[in-house]
Amino acid sequence: MLDIQGISKTFNLGTPNAVCSLRGVNLELTAGSWVIIIGTNGSGKSTLLNSVAGTFLVDEGEIVLAGRHITQWPEYARAELIGRVFQNPFSGTSPSLTIQENLSLAARRGVGRGLGWGLKSSLLAKMREEVARLNMGLEGRLENAIGSLSGGQRQALTLLMATWLRPELLLLDEHTAALDPKSADLVIALTEQVVVRDKLTTLMVTHSMQQAASLGDRLIMMHRGQIIHDFQGAEKRRLRPDDLLARFGDVRRAEQLDETAAEMLAEQYI
Amino acid sequence: MSLLIGTFTIGFILSLLALGVFISFRIFAFPDITADGSVTLGAAVAATLMVHGVSPPLASLAAFVAGMLAGACTGTLYTRFKINSLLSGILVMTALYSINLHIMGKSNVPLLSVTTLATQSEQIGLKLMRGAVSFGLAGWDVSVRDASVLGAVALTVALTAALLYLFLRTNLGMAMRATGDNVQMVRAMGVNDANMIVFGVAISNGFVALSGALLAQYQGFADVGMGIGMVVWGLASVIIGEALVGTNELGLTIVGAVMGSVLFRLLVAVALRWGLSPNDLKLITALFVFCALIVPQLLRKNRMRSAHA
Repeated sequence: MLDIQGISKTFNLGTPNAVCSLRGVNLELTAGSWVIIIGTNGSGKSTLLNSVAGTFLVDEGEIVLAGRHITQWPEYARAELIGRVFQNPFSGTSPSLTIQENLSLAARRGVGRGLGWGLKSSLLAKMREEVARLNMGLEGRLENAIGSLSGGQRQALTLLMATWLRPELLLLDEHTAALDPKSADLVIALTEQVVVRDKLTTLMVTHSMQQAASLGDRLIMMHRGQIIHDFQGAEKRRLRPDDLLARFGDVRRAEQLDETAAEMLAEQYI
Repeated sequence: MSLLIGTFTIGFILSLLALGVFISFRIFAFPDITADGSVTLGAAVAATLMVHGVSPPLASLAAFVAGMLAGACTGTLYTRFKINSLLSGILVMTALYSINLHIMGKSNVPLLSVTTLATQSEQIGLKLMRGAVSFGLAGWDVSVRDASVLGAVALTVALTAALLYLFLRTNLGMAMRATGDNVQMVRAMGVNDANMIVFGVAISNGFVALSGALLAQYQGFADVGMGIGMVVWGLASVIIGEALVGTNELGLTIVGAVMGSVLFRLLVAVALRWGLSPNDLKLITALFVFCALIVPQLLRKNRMRSAHA
């Protein structure tokens, strides 16, 4: 379904601030798989997601999604295939538009937009039904501006918008990180519902070890722009949050080892 | 009385300018200075075409299209060539000055001996009144000519504003509003935001040019300098309108912009009547917009201070 071959990305190339965020990442997702990505800060997990979404073009490598070579596609064109939920609850919705107007935008993701009336009654009926399923009491407030809603409500709506038309790929970028624990649980429950119901191919970045262990059918761990672990099948199912923390501990120790080794070398040769 | 009617007429004509400024400044948060040039562009195109025998409605429509082209240029400079939004507008506005002179062939085109929308609506009014030149209204003697021009202008504005409202609620219009609101979301929904901005600034300048075309027909001439300061004028109207309706609801903000334009024109007429020198008009307008921009800030600061106390 998604085939990432050898993608690399360096930001601020040619300046002293050059950061190599992705170093030749390979990743293949089968249709319907739900892959969790974890990693240390600056490990490139969000960069990986954004490179698939098209926020920027990669320096090297190839991205194929649903048989389409999207490596050079601009961000808006990729939206035809991809649904996204962002970390920031303010990013996924248009605050001065009403709930129903936001949803009607989502109902035409990747479809041409002409002078057709945006809020047809058949669409409105479906909206009430779908929004009622969120269990947030928003179905009676479809004409309210999104700006008046809480972060959790917005994130739930963003999820609904991202999956309104079934996407070939769903990208979730730490989509509960900015929420209070209760809203986060709610959004995760909704996520599980829709991903399982629609058998969505999903890439989800998280920094919650709890979520990483309990969700998805595959987990990859990133460090310094590379994939360092890939747990699948039974191995993934056996993973506990403590196992993941232990792995992070290993990474940190290896890092320190590198640094002391570098210091020793520096002392000897400089 | 005819002074009052004239004030309302110009207020309505300039409300199209206010709607244009509303689209660029408020919907797209795009400070578009092109409007200063496209007011004149609309006037120049319409006047020149009418002098050459084109029918007034068609000439006004052509002015709208010309304005859209100018706006599309500004939008393209901004989106395709990544030039700062203000500078894009300034470049196109400056270029338009020469273009307008070329279109008119001189700095002023009189329309006194030409059929315009104004003379056409006067004739319709006279026909409806069966030849009477004036009628009484609440003890005032009202000229049929003036009243019919006002009626025609009000009707045009109402129709245009309604069309704008409907357009902004279509799929395309909603995508445009969302673009000004949250570019990231709009891209994630598969909308080409650059195209939306180009198209939005184009429509905005179409409105502005139409306003210029109507103004030229009303005052009986097109002049190369008639656009100076029009952006600030439009902005003042929009700000007054927002204060009048005090909500973000789309339909009401559109009505507010129209009302704001008429009210601002009224205020100016009163000020001129009281002896304000016309030379000071632009200075006063700029000061007014300055105050309208800083007063909300001061209020917020005061409120915070009293909340802390």
